[in-house]
Amino acid sequence: MELTSRETWAVIHGLILGTLFLLAFGGALAGMWSLRPGLLTTKGIQERMKRLYVGLGAMAAIAWATVITGTWIVYPWYRAKLAGADFAKCKGLELPNSVCSPRDFLLSNVVGDTEKWHEFGMEWKEHVAWAAPILATSVFLLVLYYGPRIIARPWLRTAIIVMLVGAFGAAVVGGAFGAFINKVAPIS
Amino acid sequence: MNDTTHNDAEVAPELGPLNLEDKPDGPGSAMMISAGIGIFVLGLLTVLAEASPSIKTWLQGWQWGVGVGPLAGKTTIASLSYFVSLGLLWALWRHKDINIKTGFYVGLGLGLAGALLTYPTFYQMFTKS
Repeated sequence: MELTSRETWAVIHGLILGTLFLLAFGGALAGMWSLRPGLLTTKGIQERMKRLYVGLGAMAAIAWATVITGTWIVYPWYRAKLAGADFAKCKGLELPNSVCSPRDFLLSNVVGDTEKWHEFGMEWKEHVAWAAPILATSVFLLVLYYGPRIIARPWLRTAIIVMLVGAFGAAVVGGAFGAFINKVAPIS
Repeated sequence: MNDTTHNDAEVAPELGPLNLEDKPDGPGSAMMISAGIGIFVLGLLTVLAEASPSIKTWLQGWQWGVGVGPLAGKTTIASLSYFVSLGLLWALWRHKDINIKTGFYVGLGLGLAGALLTYPTFYQMFTKS
């Protein structure tokens, strides 16, 4: 069992960081949802808020780490133009290799109708995923700034939850297309 | 307990023992609007890169030879827009009670517009062949 350096970075980006963010969302949503009048004692509020500060701070940091490793480390390997304008070097291949990058491979359609994975999937993922860290950071800062006061302000709590769900949605688009594209045209 | 304009401890008496000071909504609005600005800038640059080869080339210059392409410029500038607008608005509104609902709706509008601008079916309509 061995992973190449590129495969290791793809795992760090998607399977570790991306998955951690998506998993943490459930806890963050549950924590935010329960910030309602009458549900928590004063002691309970103090305990809950500490957990939210740490959890949301970690989510924001993980979201930034995910998009930075994805864009600056993994993506250049994906998009390298190696196979020529007509993708001649991809002919006969079943997977991308050192002369046919994943992007070349998808656009060449050598294993079926694959170009939409790049033209729609990758093009959407690579952009919209950056909304996740931006929204997650603002959610973290809002919770840090208002603290337990959110309990008394249902409208503010709802607005923060909308932003948190937005961050999750952006991460889902990034994560889902990343997983599918890496299945069809893996980075190796 | 401090008197607050938001009357938080009246709505949730369990907050009373925490003696929370009231805080203005200016920084909260800044956090919401700046997130919208960051996402909108990302979308706008995505469309501009498709519509103008010279802008695309300029955005590519932000990749510092790493091979990221124009995505480097789009995402770096969008992130900088977010952090800079957050810092500026926060500093500007730190003692002000800016309407948080207005702040949220402005941020939401900018964010949704930005998300639409990053949707491939939309921005590829502007692609210069």
